[in-house]
Amino acid sequence: MAARGPQVEMPKQPPEERVDNFDEVAQGYTEEMAIEEALRCLTCPNPQCIKGCPVDIDIPGFIDLMKQGKFDEAIKEVKEKNALPAICGRVCPQESQCQKFCILGIKGDPIAIGRLERFVADWEQEHGVEVPGNPDNNGGKVAVVGAGPAGLTVAAELAKLGHDVTIFEALHNAGGVLTYGIPQFRLPKEIVQAEVNYVQKLGVTINLDAMIGKLYTISELFADGFDAVFIGSGAGLTRFLHVPGENLNGIYSANEFLIRTNLMRAYKFPEYDTPINVGKIVAVIGGGNVAMDSARSALRLGAEKVIIVYRRGREELPARLEEVENAEEEGVEFMLLNNPVRFKGDDLGRVKQMEVIRMELGEPDESGRRRPIPVEGSEYLIDVNTVVIAIGQTPNPIIQRTTEGLETTRWNTIVVDEETMQTSIEGVYAGGDIVSGTATVISAMGAGKKAAKAIHEYIFKKS
Amino acid sequence: MNRILTKRTLTQNVKLFEVEAPLIARKAKPGHFVILRFHEKGERIPITLAGSGPKRGTITIVFAEVGKSSTQLGNLEEGDEILNLLGPLGNPFPLDNYGTILCIGGGVFIGALIYHMKALKEAGNKIVAVLGSRGKKHLFFVEEAKEVADELYVTTDDGSAGLEGLVFLEDLLKERSFDHVFTIGPTSLQKEVSEMTRPHGIRTTVNLFPIMVDGMGMCGACRVTVGGETKFACVDGPDFDGHEVDFDELISRMRVYNPQEKIAMILYQRVV
Repeated sequence: MAARGPQVEMPKQPPEERVDNFDEVAQGYTEEMAIEEALRCLTCPNPQCIKGCPVDIDIPGFIDLMKQGKFDEAIKEVKEKNALPAICGRVCPQESQCQKFCILGIKGDPIAIGRLERFVADWEQEHGVEVPGNPDNNGGKVAVVGAGPAGLTVAAELAKLGHDVTIFEALHNAGGVLTYGIPQFRLPKEIVQAEVNYVQKLGVTINLDAMIGKLYTISELFADGFDAVFIGSGAGLTRFLHVPGENLNGIYSANEFLIRTNLMRAYKFPEYDTPINVGKIVAVIGGGNVAMDSARSALRLGAEKVIIVYRRGREELPARLEEVENAEEEGVEFMLLNNPVRFKGDDLGRVKQMEVIRMELGEPDESGRRRPIPVEGSEYLIDVNTVVIAIGQTPNPIIQRTTEGLETTRWNTIVVDEETMQTSIEGVYAGGDIVSGTATVISAMGAGKKAAKAIHEYIFKKS
Repeated sequence: MNRILTKRTLTQNVKLFEVEAPLIARKAKPGHFVILRFHEKGERIPITLAGSGPKRGTITIVFAEVGKSSTQLGNLEEGDEILNLLGPLGNPFPLDNYGTILCIGGGVFIGALIYHMKALKEAGNKIVAVLGSRGKKHLFFVEEAKEVADELYVTTDDGSAGLEGLVFLEDLLKERSFDHVFTIGPTSLQKEVSEMTRPHGIRTTVNLFPIMVDGMGMCGACRVTVGGETKFACVDGPDFDGHEVDFDELISRMRVYNPQEKIAMILYQRVV
């Protein structure tokens, strides 16, 4: 095997600067860096990386074009399979997907596939996006519920195949979690909007402020002439701890904290109308990517001290390592093996203190991680001014409640055929977090691709 | 889309809009609310519906100008379009033929109260209505209420019109028997009414409007303790059993952004 040096580092804003702004932390490769990194690729005859890509991008193919400086052709290669490359290049957990299988990773650094994908996507944005000609509209009419990663992918794929696609999005901006959840400093909203624009240019109509289940039911969509429906309504419902004092002022769900900050731009109050309250000491409960996003947002919103409180140990943190390191670099503190048991407030109903209990790890539970067990009598109080609860989301129930015959699990996720993503109702498909609980952007996109293929076949068989 | 067809000034700071929104109108029922936003930097503003006309394809909202956003909203004119309008959100209120019912509304919510009353009347209820306001110049829709109610009481905090305060309600509740009470209005009023009906054991439905952001169950800003459990007003309500609601917590939660709202209003008035 040819020897290869380490990965080309991507420039980042230094921690002491970036905690004062919402600008993107990772700044992307230059052309030289991109070519240098691409040249590390062995272009394996039997590439393993593709196995790890839920949307089957021809990874060695696009990297080979980058080696030759043919960025325009490289992005076309990527977009054959992925309509949202600037997003995926930024937020996919490549370390556990494509890069995990890279041969170079056995002895050294794998190819930085995500950074290369991001580079060509940004390069195209800068140099003008080419939109493939719309194929003749020879297909059916498809309704897509939710303009998040799954919905945008289904819509783009079906539009490319000649179907007439309408997305119904409940919020006032498209993007789903990409817009309301992931912060500006990790995924700029301008990038999301640019990729949403691309999907629209493929011929997809996006209706904002349109909540399926309220404005139309699924059966009304069929009555209105749609041939098939895809449900990608996400895991939007917030989870709370259900401990005493949780409704005190200053205690936010991560959803509220991030929606105010990202979708409503509360960090620009009063230029933007939506306010947010961030005190001196902020405790973020949870250890996933959403917790890291909340903690890093809190720092940028002016908190003096931000603590992640997580009931398991460092090894068990569900967040990407990169995000944990970013948070640490920025000064986020970690209180591991601790869990809140109650909140105490002041006379005005504002949270003032949090009682936590120490935890220890027992035998592995059904998730494979060691089960956290409270240490009796170890409770103690810490001062807090703001708390963000980031312990996960559950599926939004509105469609399930209003759709007769739609089979769901006891977690209220929608049951689908794993190959076709079809639900218990003919012509109705689903994918993304509404099916899987909470997973990643790219797995939602992978589900979207599978569903698009099945919907395409379904419509042709029907006609 | 979302064009304002009619604008009426009901009191010095209460406005009514009839908005073209045919898709919402065909689904709207009393108890529903909408969320609107009228400029790109604006907040999402939840407003309880005060009417719908499925044939005309319109919904009606009545709102008070109390802060920056609501004042700016009141500056829109007929023909203007509302940038974002989402609805109908929440659940319709529990409509039934209860028998003889007491409907108590106050302040800007009189608009929504009458929307409820019309549906209750149609369902066969005998309605005793109470319209409350701070003073005579804040009262509106008295004639509209008369048309729907079988019996109407008007009351003001300062006694400038009708009766003074809510004391008479104590007597009314003692002397008469009601099968159900509906109250829509300022949270303090709904709390007071719920306290008054509790000893008589009369089911009391309140219509809550805590702070909301998305209005579809995502953020949990609107959480309310009802019967010891946390409920989301947006997806579980907004109607609840008034005897089960923790009003003190709700009122405290509704005040959490008061300082910011004051700052925004002062800055806005300085520019205007």
